[in-house]
Amino acid sequence: MGIAETYTRGRQFAITRPGSVLVALVGAVLLFDLVAGLATGRHSFSGIGSLVWDGLMRGLVVGLAGIGLSMTYSILNFANFAHGDYITAGAFSGWATTYLVAGFGRADVGALLLVGAGGSVFGGTLGIGVTTTPVAVVAGILVAGIATVALALLVDRTTFRPIRDADGITLLITSVGVAFALRYLMQFVFGSDVRGTTSQPPAMALYLVDGAVRINAHDVALVVVAGALMLGVHLLLQLTKLGKAMRAMADNEDLAQITGIPTERVVRAVWVIGGGLTGVAGYMFILWKGTLGFNDGWLLLLLIFAAVILGGIGSIYGAIVGGLAIGLTASVSIVWIPSAFARAAAFLVMIVLLLVKPEGLFSGRSTA
Amino acid sequence: MSVRDDVAERIPGGDAGLIVAVLLVIYAAYVLAGVGLGYSVRGQLNTIGVLTFYIGVFAMLALALNLQWGYTGLFNIGIVGFMAVGIYVMALVSKPLYESGGAAQVGGLGLPLIVGIVAGMVAAALLGAVIALPALRLRADYLAIVTIAMSEIVRFSFLSGELQQFRLFGERVGFGGGSGLILDFTNPLEAFFQSFGLWDAYLGFVSVFEVIIPNNPKPVVDGLVYGAVLLGFVAVYFWLLKRTGESPFGRVLKAIREDEDAANSLGKNTNRFKIKAFMLGCALMGLAGILWLMTSGAVTPNFFRPRITFFVWIALIIGGAGSNTGSVLGGAVFAALLYQGPRYLKNLIDTVIPNADAPSGFGPAVSPLISNFDPAPLFFYTIDSVRQLQLVFMGLALIWLMHNRPEGMLGHRKETAAGIPLTGSRASASAETDGGDAGGGSDE
Amino acid sequence: MSDPDATNVGSDHAGGSNGGRDVPGRTDAASNGLDLGSGGPNVDEEYPLQVEGLCKTFGGITAVDDASFRVERGTLTGLIGPNGAGKSTTFNLITGMLRPDAGTVTFDGEDITGQKPHAIANRGLVRTFQIARELQEMTVLENLMLAPKDQRGEALWRSVTPGFRGDVVEQEEELLERVWDVIEFFDIDHIADEYAGNLSGGQRKLLELARALLTDPDMLLLDEPFAGVNPSLEKRLLEHVHELREQGYTFLLVEHDMDLIMENCERVIVLHQGQVLTEGSPDEIQANEEVIEAYLGGNV
Ligand SMILES: Nc1ncnc2c1ncn2[C@@H]1O[C@H](COP(=O)(O)OP(=O)(O)O)[C@@H](O)[C@H]1O
Ligand SMILES: [Mg+2]
Repeated sequence: MGIAETYTRGRQFAITRPGSVLVALVGAVLLFDLVAGLATGRHSFSGIGSLVWDGLMRGLVVGLAGIGLSMTYSILNFANFAHGDYITAGAFSGWATTYLVAGFGRADVGALLLVGAGGSVFGGTLGIGVTTTPVAVVAGILVAGIATVALALLVDRTTFRPIRDADGITLLITSVGVAFALRYLMQFVFGSDVRGTTSQPPAMALYLVDGAVRINAHDVALVVVAGALMLGVHLLLQLTKLGKAMRAMADNEDLAQITGIPTERVVRAVWVIGGGLTGVAGYMFILWKGTLGFNDGWLLLLLIFAAVILGGIGSIYGAIVGGLAIGLTASVSIVWIPSAFARAAAFLVMIVLLLVKPEGLFSGRSTA
Repeated sequence: MSVRDDVAERIPGGDAGLIVAVLLVIYAAYVLAGVGLGYSVRGQLNTIGVLTFYIGVFAMLALALNLQWGYTGLFNIGIVGFMAVGIYVMALVSKPLYESGGAAQVGGLGLPLIVGIVAGMVAAALLGAVIALPALRLRADYLAIVTIAMSEIVRFSFLSGELQQFRLFGERVGFGGGSGLILDFTNPLEAFFQSFGLWDAYLGFVSVFEVIIPNNPKPVVDGLVYGAVLLGFVAVYFWLLKRTGESPFGRVLKAIREDEDAANSLGKNTNRFKIKAFMLGCALMGLAGILWLMTSGAVTPNFFRPRITFFVWIALIIGGAGSNTGSVLGGAVFAALLYQGPRYLKNLIDTVIPNADAPSGFGPAVSPLISNFDPAPLFFYTIDSVRQLQLVFMGLALIWLMHNRPEGMLGHRKETAAGIPLTGSRASASAETDGGDAGGGSDE
Repeated sequence: MSDPDATNVGSDHAGGSNGGRDVPGRTDAASNGLDLGSGGPNVDEEYPLQVEGLCKTFGGITAVDDASFRVERGTLTGLIGPNGAGKSTTFNLITGMLRPDAGTVTFDGEDITGQKPHAIANRGLVRTFQIARELQEMTVLENLMLAPKDQRGEALWRSVTPGFRGDVVEQEEELLERVWDVIEFFDIDHIADEYAGNLSGGQRKLLELARALLTDPDMLLLDEPFAGVNPSLEKRLLEHVHELREQGYTFLLVEHDMDLIMENCERVIVLHQGQVLTEGSPDEIQANEEVIEAYLGGNV
């Protein structure tokens, strides 16, 4: 009876959700191909391991930055296209601090503050790294978070708050304006060159069946910082009244207002938490990849949207899991497709999910 | 009725009069500025040609977007992807066959330009359908994210090595990858005049200009004539979209934008209407992409970054979504003030205060200001960075518009969606049926 | 104002222009209400709308719970029940706006469960909304011009191609005439050129009703159509509804005003907590203990 019932239910599912079945089928085929490739030696274990590790790192950045986007998306009801440039702003403010601390007295202060614009000073020359200049890095992380919080609050105060009651599309378009203004202002100040920011970090090789997967100190730093912050947000939202208020507001703003939850204060809290995480994510992203350009955040933004939608708007766990999924997709997909299409694959995953399950994977579990 | 107050009603000639008036003001401002600063005739005409070009392309794109967003409420922020598909497919079809030893790495199918143009439009429309079929039931903000992701996928595809070169019908063709694609088909202007047998006449027309531009007037005249051709296309777009909007079809689109459920409950198959409107808009965006780039000699995928999409959005918002007249005006004002304006201003300032050595970065620009109160380097750096700063201005302008005038410069204005004028009283309704101007303003 | 011609909204098109429509004048058959005669050969003909075992839950709330009823052709049937009884949800289920969890909807003998709203409307089953869904940034005239079915100009190519546009314009002129008839009947000619978003609540209701009539339906589902409409106009509208009913149109009416229901409806269906509590003639309903209790229990 059990089998028959399972079968019937399976058939029912296949009929009502043909898209999900198709997606599962494609996933199974790809997985089979991967296993077969590993078995026949077409793919090396260490090669795949490196891709997975790379994807996880990228995913942590996307997930960390995605928490803020997801929170504002659900509470203020709009897709904030300026979020990518908050990431960049966090990166520049943090890295200016790191350069200043690490290079003070060794190079011109202006050059340090402009993060070596125009090749005036190089991060590699300053020997920047989490093991070599830990104080500079910690200072950078703090300033990145604080500066981005300040920026997010300032933008909200001047730009979003005056049209708080406007519909989501109006706010979205406005955020595009913010994105333009911020991005090109940063280009104006910091220049358009992509600079190297770190010296080679120490790394260890992890042996995996047939070769090594290299993990360096900056990977570890990213895991530690991102993990700690994610845990922190979880606790914050679980244990404080703020979390409850945010859940209430995400569900129904009018109701929250009636029941006396001070919505403007919740909004401010959301910008503070989201902005802080985003700024730190921007800093860690640059530490991890070792280069910094004014377009970095914007280029990451669509992946973050993909992650947030994948996970379900409003869910911080969704954002984290979605981030990891998107990061892995963008990395590991090159096993099957040309690398030029790696980002395209991540977008495709998002588009397919939107069509199959528009409410996201973690829907119904909003904000915590 | 206060909601329907309308600038166009106070201007002779109505909407067309308003468009002409705005264009005249723009040109007059450019010419006056040029004359005041002693521009040569050649420089003046060049400026006008370039300005007209951008007015043309942005007006076309804004009109196409207005069909999708202004009328139907479809939030497409993947415009640039449809433009890219348009020009790339057009190039694939119309580039000459591959010859070894030629400048081009890959050839095309060698078909006439017009075939390529139609193919490009069809391809853009089909891409629109591929997206529209599943995605139209999504919320507006999801559709936005899907379309912008699609436009990036298109860009990555043209960038990729895999599509750089391939075989099609036995010919060596391709999209050229990141290094770009040479557009080595016949000069479109030449092909255009030749198809009417007027090429020699055109060359004669060009030589007349030697009177005012003594040496080599052809590039300048070409620019002006191509600009005029683009304005012709704007007129065609306008006519087509006005007819589309002022019809029962357009009425359903408008209803979809207002309340899709209500339209559905009145028996309208709204998905069919949405797909048609989306595809038509995409085809027109593809054509605009073709017209923008086909005289440029080459295309690279990275031209098609999302910022161009947002330029079109700003143009439409300036003019006011929902109005075709507004779209044209928005395109013109955006091109003149925000797109070409700052660059022209920079040229003017450069002529007045020549600065050979603007600082190369923000650091060298501000340090003299801090150390000995010398603002000149910062000023020159600012002037030199106009291409970045203009994007800052655009962003601020967009914010300002959304705060202060989200309905656009024409005010809250929607053109009546009917094949005949719908006026406030029955008697005049039958009397004015053949009035022709379907702007349909009220006369109260 | 109510000259006999203008009062004839839609009806002149019912027989003539639209050959496919079939509106039998069944007022005679309608009188023997209680004899349901289930299984009889003409059952579909007599009961254009049949609802069987309809269920719908939202999260934990059961809005419609195994509701079954049918509506006799050519009647004005009332659907009543306390707030939250599931009346609007039932309308949504019938017209395809919502997909039922279980149950079937049959219209004119065909199972229409799960069909798209536009397909159902095109079959001649048209509804109005409790909260009027006027198209705000369209004028009253545009709103009304939208409604008629089979508009030639809804084909894009015909609207834009030179040479075919004349056809479109010609039909537009005919439609406009028809629209003006309706506007004058509803006495809203002074706001014909106003944006629908600027109308008062009652005016929106009128617009909604006028729009539904212009689709030339066989059966109308009216969700509180008279809320906010002034009494004299309400009376005229009701007269008009009766006139249409006599021509064979069928109405299912949700209304809170008990007197209105009892005075105007031949049959009344009472919904309570998503279930059909009872159904019968107005007199029977008024005498029914359960109904009284349901109303006193809930808030009316
Ligand atoms: N879209 C919806 N989501 C959740 N609950 C709903 C929805 N629509 C209706 N309901 C609930 O279903 C019940 C029936 O509502 P409704 O059909 O509107 O009642 P009526 O029209 O009889 O007043 C109510 O409890 C209402 O809250
Ligand atoms: Mg109701």
